Parts: sequence; structure tokens; C-alpha cells
Amino acid sequence: MIVSIQQSFLHICTSIFMKVNILAFGIAKDIFEGPSIDVELTNDATISNLKYLLEQQYPKLKKLATYMVAVNNEYALNGDTIHERDEIAIIPPVSGG
Amino acid sequence: MTVDIQISAKTLDVQQCIDRVMSADCGGIDVFIGTVRNATKGKTVVRLEFEAYEKMAVSEMEKIAQQTFANWPVQKILIHHRTGVLQVGEIPVIIAVAAAHRDAAFQACRYIIDTLKQTVPIWKKEIFEDGEVWVAAHP
Repeated sequence: MIVSIQQSFLHICTSIFMKVNILAFGIAKDIFEGPSIDVELTNDATISNLKYLLEQQYPKLKKLATYMVAVNNEYALNGDTIHERDEIAIIPPVSGG
Repeated sequence: MTVDIQISAKTLDVQQCIDRVMSADCGGIDVFIGTVRNATKGKTVVRLEFEAYEKMAVSEMEKIAQQTFANWPVQKILIHHRTGVLQVGEIPVIIAVAAAHRDAAFQACRYIIDTLKQTVPIWKKEIFEDGEVWVAAHP
């Protein structure tokens, strides 16, 4: 009985949450102390949700002039939804040239 | 219309970039060469370090090139950018534009470098004698 409850709980967890890898560049790499981090998001998470979560874990993000999130090599909007196999990157203010 | 985009850790060659856009039907080539300056706001710069999100940077450069073709009658666009450690006087970026006439070449070249600085995911860190800073990161 206990086993079956645990199994169904596990099933609910895997179906609601997804683990997403977030790439970091420039100063974001310093803030994350590495080139990428894993975060757990709900299946319907948006860019806003991700930013909120990251800013809780890494308050230094809020000190940046601004930062964007890229999904599959395109700048994403706050309302865009994140999918499990998306390539996600934190894009701090760019300064090429 | 051709686009030549490159992001690499290798030294950029100005003459080679000019040769690549040179074309019989173009009467003007406009070239922008970005170089590493020896100081920022009076502080001596020791070196710069460039980092790129390469796949996305190439795709953003490609977008800029297509926007340029849509807005000016230019024939060839070249955008080459360095990554890695650059010393004072070295070249992080070369933009070269070939067009039938100079007006389009000048305007397109200006548009490309200005837009690159706003949208292409490349970052530079300035290394001073007493510290370092990611350019533009903080207000």
C-alpha cells in the first residue's frame, strides 16, 4: 500500500516537473559560478517564472543593468513557455565589438 | 548578395576581409575595424577577454545581414569577430560592406556595427591593473 502511494506520488512529480539546463555567459557565468546550472521547473513554466526562481537563488542577477533569456538561440519574451528539451541561456548585457 | 560571418579565436586579417568582399560590380567598400583601446575612463586597460554564445551570435549576425540587405542596396557583407584574450591594438571585430555606390556602403556598415553591439551575444571583460569588469553588465 505504502509502495503504491509512493509510486503514484513519484509519477505525479515526474509528470509535473522538468529539469532544465541553463547556460550562462559573461557575468552570468561568474554569478552561477559555472558555465551552466540545472533548475527544476513546472511543465508550464514561463520565462518570467524562470527569472523569478533564478533571482531568488542568485540575487546578484537583480543588480545587472538588464538581462535576457534565450530559448533555442532566440531572444525569448517573459510570457513564453519553456519546454523540456529547450536550450536555455542567460544573456547578460552584450558588449561585443 | 553574399554574407561572410565568422567567430573565431584566430587573429583577424584586414586585407583578407577586404579581398573577400571585393567585387567587380561594387564601386565602394566600407570597412569598420574595432581595435582594443589602451584605456577606459582614464584607467589603463591591460587586455580584453571576449566570450561568445557562438551559435546564437552567428544567427543574430545573420539576421543583421538580412536586415541590411532589406534596407540598403549592398552586395556583400562580412562580419568577423574574435573571441579569447586580446592585447591593446589587436582587432576584435571587422565589418566590411561592398556596394555599387558609397552611400549605401557607409550607412550599412554603420548599421551593422551599431546593431551588433546591441543584439549579438558576445561579451567583453576589461582587465585593468587593479581589477576587471564585464563591460555594460551593471548600470
